[in-house]
Amino acid sequence: MLTIAISRNILSPPCFIQPGQKYLMSKKTASILLLFILSLILVACGQSPAHDDSQKAGKKGESEQNSLEQLLPAHGDTIVVGSIGDASNLIPLLASDAPSHQVAGLVYNGLVRYDKNLKMEGELAKSWEISNDGLTITFHLRHGVKWHDGVPFTADDVMFTYRLIIDPKTPTAYAGDFEQVKEAKVLDPYTFQVVYEKPFAPALASWGLSILPKHLLESQDITKSSLSRHPIGTGPYIFSQWKGGEKIELAANPDYFEGQPYINRYRYRIIPDSATMFLELKAGNLDWMGLTPIQYNRQTAGKKFKGKFNKYNYLSFSYTYLGYNLKNPLFQDRRVRQALSFAINKQELIDGILLGYGRVATGPYKPDTWFYHQPNKKYSYNPEKAKQLLREVGWQDRDGDGLLDRDGHPFIFTVMTNQGNTLRTQTAVIIQRRLEEIGIKMKIRIIEWSAFINEFIDKRKFEAVILGWTTGQDPDMYDIWHSSKTGPKELNFISYKNLEVDRLLEKGRHTFEREERQKYYDRFQEILAEEQPYTFLYVPESLPIIAARFHGIKPAPAGISYNFIKWYVPQTLQKYSQ
Amino acid sequence: MTDKNSTKRSPTFNQRLLHNKLAVAGLLVVTLLFAVSILAPVIAPYDPNAIDLRNILIPPGSSHLLGTDQLGRDILSRMIWGARISLKVGFVAVGIATLIGTILGTVSGYYGGIVDMLIMRAVDLMLCFPSFFLILTVIAVLEPSIWNIMAVIGFTSWMGVARLIRAEILTIREREFIQAARSQGASDIRIITRHIIPNAMTPVLVSATLGVAGAILTESALSFLGIGVQPPTPSWGNMLTAGKDNLEYAWWLSLFPGMAILITVLGYNLLGEGIRDALDPRNYLKK
Amino acid sequence: MTFIGKRFALMIPMLLGITMISFLVMNLAPGEPIDVLTNLNPKATAEVRERLRSHYGLNQPLPVRYVNWLKRVVRLDLGYSFAQDNRLVWDKIRERIPITLTINALSLLLIIIVAIPIGIYSAVHQNSLMDRVLTIFVFIGFATPTFWLALLLMILFGVHLGWLPISGLESSQVTYAGFWLILGDRARHLLLPVLVSAFGGLAGLSRYMRSNMLEVIRQDYITTARAKGLKEIRVIGKHALRNALMPIITILGFSLPGLIGGSVIFETIFAIPGMGQMFYGAVMARDYPLIMGTLLIGASLTLVGNLLADISYALVDPRIRVGNND
Repeated sequence: MLTIAISRNILSPPCFIQPGQKYLMSKKTASILLLFILSLILVACGQSPAHDDSQKAGKKGESEQNSLEQLLPAHGDTIVVGSIGDASNLIPLLASDAPSHQVAGLVYNGLVRYDKNLKMEGELAKSWEISNDGLTITFHLRHGVKWHDGVPFTADDVMFTYRLIIDPKTPTAYAGDFEQVKEAKVLDPYTFQVVYEKPFAPALASWGLSILPKHLLESQDITKSSLSRHPIGTGPYIFSQWKGGEKIELAANPDYFEGQPYINRYRYRIIPDSATMFLELKAGNLDWMGLTPIQYNRQTAGKKFKGKFNKYNYLSFSYTYLGYNLKNPLFQDRRVRQALSFAINKQELIDGILLGYGRVATGPYKPDTWFYHQPNKKYSYNPEKAKQLLREVGWQDRDGDGLLDRDGHPFIFTVMTNQGNTLRTQTAVIIQRRLEEIGIKMKIRIIEWSAFINEFIDKRKFEAVILGWTTGQDPDMYDIWHSSKTGPKELNFISYKNLEVDRLLEKGRHTFEREERQKYYDRFQEILAEEQPYTFLYVPESLPIIAARFHGIKPAPAGISYNFIKWYVPQTLQKYSQ
Repeated sequence: MTDKNSTKRSPTFNQRLLHNKLAVAGLLVVTLLFAVSILAPVIAPYDPNAIDLRNILIPPGSSHLLGTDQLGRDILSRMIWGARISLKVGFVAVGIATLIGTILGTVSGYYGGIVDMLIMRAVDLMLCFPSFFLILTVIAVLEPSIWNIMAVIGFTSWMGVARLIRAEILTIREREFIQAARSQGASDIRIITRHIIPNAMTPVLVSATLGVAGAILTESALSFLGIGVQPPTPSWGNMLTAGKDNLEYAWWLSLFPGMAILITVLGYNLLGEGIRDALDPRNYLKK
Repeated sequence: MTFIGKRFALMIPMLLGITMISFLVMNLAPGEPIDVLTNLNPKATAEVRERLRSHYGLNQPLPVRYVNWLKRVVRLDLGYSFAQDNRLVWDKIRERIPITLTINALSLLLIIIVAIPIGIYSAVHQNSLMDRVLTIFVFIGFATPTFWLALLLMILFGVHLGWLPISGLESSQVTYAGFWLILGDRARHLLLPVLVSAFGGLAGLSRYMRSNMLEVIRQDYITTARAKGLKEIRVIGKHALRNALMPIITILGFSLPGLIGGSVIFETIFAIPGMGQMFYGAVMARDYPLIMGTLLIGASLTLVGNLLADISYALVDPRIRVGNND
């Protein structure tokens, strides 16, 4: 499912498995890729299996051989993943936190998912058809898929999940997309059909939601179901155990319809402190975590890391911005906002805080997606231009106190951001300095998340904020930018209103044709660039580090975890015997 | 004529205190802290908030004696200004606690009866809550501004002072000079402020000294959780926390604030104990 | 009997007072529990939010909610947590108490074993070099921020020497091994946490012990015993010690709430799923039932601890039984 949620900590450790974004390619492509990778490994790295040998007792003799056989995919071993937070509920519809979705994502499947190039492909559905008017989708489901308890999967499960999510008694936050459905039908045990009121572009992707087992949930109240603590799905991993606050363990599903995953066990360790997590990584007790730029750049090159870990970096599906309350007279003239954008040196943010691991953001989309468009109006660092624009609006330092003033009032405002995100705090501090240089005093206020949302965002009691959005693979931005979404607790909390943008968003949402949609969204990005309702700051990179014994990792537009079930550890490098 | 060996006048408070080497060390630390915080604008080599993105994470050296942090700010300057914050938090928090505790303890001890019972029950009630949990809850609910922190620490640590004062008052209340004052028609308030409180303050002084140390530690604990003194204002607690993710690589980020907290709290404790020992004449009576 | 009876009777209004304070404090806060579920999620429309609100009973007035909660508490039903896992508060607390209790009990034991001898030695050899060294030692334990000390030890013993595990309660592979291996593994995991926790607590008890001993040593009956020519060890051991130990009982009584009130920071750093961390998470998430349940249990235990301390003190010191209050 596509959840667009404000990310409060975009560098929290492995959030790479985005909800709805699943992994995998067909078996054939996988094996070809594998052979290719294997040959690359042998040629380029020249790394002999002897490297990690100290961990496997008794295999010293064999390690001298550098044959292809030693590096072939093998079943076995465990991957230990670190997480700051514990999952709360392993029934995906009921949880909105990243850890719950990360774990549940391995236990359940959706009808569709995104492949490595972010194109839609089937998961539980082997194919589908969309009617000419775009209102009906008919899914043809796979045969022979079984739930982890052995019961066969059918279209009834899909129907059940759909009914459950729109049921008013189900406390889920994800019902919105499914309320656009006019009618759902089970045509036969392997065919599921859904009809929409109006053509709805995000519709297909919304069917990436996790399908739940009807036979286990139908007679109970879902909030009291044991599946919250002990999930049963159709996915590549079977739930093994959950020790509250400590760890969650999953075991590979031998009957998985895409083939049994190579890594036998998935151990999700909860380590609430980032310093401790890094130490565990260094000591070799953790196999996968997300690093901060400093850790990535400077702390993972030494003795304890060389040869034992591989680092990856790729643009993450999110962006950080400085948002202005457009109801505040200070920010109502677009020239003021443009001036602020010119006054901020975005590249220095990327170089200084992200250490180069990121890209300047020009709009609300990730730069390498099909719907990204580089706007004509650009905002490189230009404090002179900023001052000039401000002067046009009447802001000048008339009393010589170093601050710009107008009608006797100095240019002072407060920016708020949430607690717990060091990068955002540092961003605020640097922006504060740059604005000070052109005569604007910006105060910083850091607020705990809940209070921030309820007291300030929802009640629109803010002047400016520094926050981030997690972006999805569909360009639909209706909920954030449409002028009808400015009600209390709705996402257009800056109160942006532009009739042309409204029309573009409506048309984009209800069109299927990619090229046509592209036109609408290109124009949308041009308008945003001109108006600067946000100063778009940067798109950071994800910086995962993974133990070197894991082979098969291939970065792609979708990230690295899309083919997780094809990762493996060669026999001789396996560390954990269980 | 008295035997020269057996009469030795009891040493004065100052003499007793200074004789205790540990207490002297504590006194030195406290004095140093005061001096540094007062002189902060003069002795800090850089502006503690001056960002220099080309010089981030520089180890201690000639240009930056204690190194720089993730935004290129000079650690030494931040440490010096941080001393001010630590002192401020310590003193204001303890000041609030002492004020509340003194008032309530005096009223309770002097008037007795129902008032006494109610106040002591309130003390018991407050003591039931693990104080850190209470501080946590309140700060999480309000915003973590420096004033809120000081106020909350103060509002949750007055109980010890109240009990101490009350105990002292109970002893002093019946003494002759009080009865004399009363018979002369002095009002309650006058008796309390002029005679009782000054005599009861001695154990409070000890408690206050130790309280400052406690407040500094509490601030560092709150900083770890993200709800201590807010950046960019430097406090030793938030500097220590900011350095914990890079503990080995950028050791200077945490070593200096950590040592500063350690030495300061140690100093205050030694001083407090020294004062307590010096105030207790029994320590110096020869057997 | 009446003394104890009186104390018991006092407990009830105290308990009520505690519940009222916790309830009030939590409700003064901005934010509602369902916000964590629905915040800034574009798919959560207004009706979805209303639905969630009535699901959790948040649309009723404050006093009604308090009374409802109180009614259930009396039946020992602490309600369901507001967190997305919807579990019983009692279950969540029950899950975490054992480990918090274990660590705190072990830590307390260690403190007692180490602090008492230190206190006695310091008192008997007042102002000697050893006394000074010990004093500084225990104060360093108190003065070092816990998380910093913990991380330093983890780096030394966990990363570089590899002698001890760094965090958590058990090693990956030991889950399926035999009893002794599991016990040994547990012990290794608990070593650092218990040490760090105990080191911080040494100061309190040892200094208290020291000043008590000092007072007792100066008492007349000690002088008499010495004058009688009894050996120093006997003097100290038999007379001084017995009397100085009495306040220790009081201290132990007061430590009862500390046993279940785990430290957030400590548990966070060592990745220990204890009460402190759970409470902190509950506060941040405005999980009212869980917060109130925890505070209630904590405060009740404090009351019990106070009562036990008072009773044992009365048993040991006859003056208290007969005499005046306070």
